[in-house]
Amino acid sequence: MAVVTLHVDGMAVAVPAGAPLLQALTAAGVTLPTLCHHPRLSPVAACRLCLVELEGAPRPVPACVTAAAEGQRLATDTPALRQGRRLIVELLFAEGNHPCAVCVADGDCELQDAAQRVGMDRVTVPYRHPPRQVDASHPLFLLDHHRCILCSRCVRVCDEIEGAHVWAMAERGGRTRLIAGLDQPWGAVDSCTSCGKCVAVCPTGALVTREDVPLSPWPGP
Amino acid sequence: MTPAEPSAVLLRLCDASGCRAAGATALAGALAAGLEGLTSGGPPPRLKPVGCLRLCSRGPLLAVDRDGISTLYGGLSPAQMPALLALACGRGEPAPIRSAALAGHVVDHRQPFFALQRPLVLETCGCVDPTDLDDALAHGAYRQLQRLLATATPAQVRAEVRRSGLRGRGGAGYPTGLKWETVALQPPGPRLVVANGDEGDPGAFMDRSILEGDPHRLIEGLAIAAYAVGARQGYIYVRAEYPLAIARLRRALDQVRDRGLLAGTGAGSFAFTPELRVGAGAYVCGEETALLASIAGGRGIPRQRPPFPAQEGLGGCPTLINNIETLAALPALLRMGGDAHAAIGPPTCPGTKVFSISGAVVHTGLVEVPMGTSLRTVVLTMAGGVPDGTGSDGGIKAVQTGGPSGGCLPASLLDTGIDYDVLRVLGSSLGSGGLVVLDHRCAMPELARQFMAFCAGESCGKCVPCRAGTVQLADLLDQLVQGRASAADLERLVQLAEVVQRTSLCGLGQTAPNPLFSTLRHFRGDYLERLQPLAPWQS
Repeated sequence: MAVVTLHVDGMAVAVPAGAPLLQALTAAGVTLPTLCHHPRLSPVAACRLCLVELEGAPRPVPACVTAAAEGQRLATDTPALRQGRRLIVELLFAEGNHPCAVCVADGDCELQDAAQRVGMDRVTVPYRHPPRQVDASHPLFLLDHHRCILCSRCVRVCDEIEGAHVWAMAERGGRTRLIAGLDQPWGAVDSCTSCGKCVAVCPTGALVTREDVPLSPWPGP
Repeated sequence: MTPAEPSAVLLRLCDASGCRAAGATALAGALAAGLEGLTSGGPPPRLKPVGCLRLCSRGPLLAVDRDGISTLYGGLSPAQMPALLALACGRGEPAPIRSAALAGHVVDHRQPFFALQRPLVLETCGCVDPTDLDDALAHGAYRQLQRLLATATPAQVRAEVRRSGLRGRGGAGYPTGLKWETVALQPPGPRLVVANGDEGDPGAFMDRSILEGDPHRLIEGLAIAAYAVGARQGYIYVRAEYPLAIARLRRALDQVRDRGLLAGTGAGSFAFTPELRVGAGAYVCGEETALLASIAGGRGIPRQRPPFPAQEGLGGCPTLINNIETLAALPALLRMGGDAHAAIGPPTCPGTKVFSISGAVVHTGLVEVPMGTSLRTVVLTMAGGVPDGTGSDGGIKAVQTGGPSGGCLPASLLDTGIDYDVLRVLGSSLGSGGLVVLDHRCAMPELARQFMAFCAGESCGKCVPCRAGTVQLADLLDQLVQGRASAADLERLVQLAEVVQRTSLCGLGQTAPNPLFSTLRHFRGDYLERLQPLAPWQS
């Protein structure tokens, strides 16, 4: 296997040729916040938090999908990258409804971690307070759209690992939302195996186990 | 325009979407009825539906070819058809055909709008019946393909296109020959070609006109591209909003399949099978990776490049994606030869370009001019400037180019020669060729808001900066237009727009702030006058 040497913030590291740049960052001891990335799932480069500056590239590149090559020089912590990361996390907080204090994922939330990592002490874009729904139709799990950041990890884990294809995205732009089955209540989707993988990979409190939520018992189908 | 054979009168009725909207279908009915009732001797006049006759603002357009002279009529109504037929077929009185009843409807085809055109891509659009393969063949369709199949190797075709200097007409202006080379030189294996007809920019209708007016030219171009890069399969992707173009293309594809025109033996045996794919109403599918996802039957969502489609496209195969106009330029280009094509227009950006002109101008419609023609020539001399416009700039405030990913050029830059590089330096972009002319009633912040709202609505929702950022930008522009924004808000707007531009995944998000930036650059005053006045303690 060919091994390439590249520089991350001036530090030389060696990784297999073609490995994602994230691996080179790890080798250099640099950790960037990531939200759509999951090591067991195909990368989609959607959250744009792992953008790094690659010498010679016209614009920042996402470390999760960009292949390592010999002699690359990366910068991971420039003022422009910091500003971008912070604003992207702010956009996520403003786009959904994320009241950490009353969220079941408080303290165990990758969005919250990302906010701390990028130094988001406040949100400078207007909150949009979107009216969203909670899907409590599944006997074991719960989907709270307010907390969904549309990272598509659940879509991919259900497709690539469980093979059940329960999840998909519907509509587009700011109206994009996660749907189960053919836009059905989750509990009505026959293909769901109730494996819980989507809950396990959800970075926020959007997909949770019912028993974690102080909620009246499931009323039954 | 090709004159008809002497003595036979040919009525060429524009049967493209624009003239249909202006009443061409009713006109066709009245003409057909009139022709049936005709009793005079001599060869009966022939009614021929054709593609775009260019001057859309005077539609429905009808060209009468008689004795080698062509007269163009505009704005006719069905009630005038008997008078027109009487004139067209009347004995004695030679052409040009005029009468008091129709005088106001004669369109002068020596005016600059027509005289300055240099039709190559559109050379047979308006002459050929788009539904008739034999007519297309009589006008030279598939001749270049057959010639190349018999006499040239794929490498020779690529070399010719490289020499021609042709650049992609979709908007990015990437050298076509280089793209072909990239696809052709990938490791051995199947390759695919795709024609991108997802023309979505507001104010752009070049590709639609080509598809509606001369579908065989596109099919020939696509087959030539397939031969040059070694593809045996291809797709033509057309947006669902173009039903007439789709119907004509479908028919044309059936015709060539039945005749076996896309195959040949010679320098290399070749059989090409293109398929039509219809979009589902997403602007973002004009982006090439989203387009491929849509062709594959998935959600039209872009993915990060590289790998580029030329390396890994449909089903992982190297895939060549060219715009409709790029492909339709090939037959004429290869007929004249690469060097002759390279001699048209500026050396860095040769060839002709089709523009669709709309907005505040006297003449709206379709023009094809050499690259490098000045904006002034196109929008003032040819299109006539703003109706009742005064001054050296004809009342023009700005010209919007490139749609939601482009920008606005102020009247002071009208002498700019249009090409990809020059417009980019000026903060706009040529885009696919839509020119929207704006007069002084147009407020630039409102225009920027309009385009930002368009991008927010068309964002696919995959990456965060585009999905959430364009929504915030559209809201901020709303506030600004309504006079509820401060200088600090404007600064914030620019900051956020820069982040969206820098961090978005695909071209849609990366270029969404362009109209904002270009109007801020050239019309900053329009923005400043909308800002809330500073409170006394702030100044």
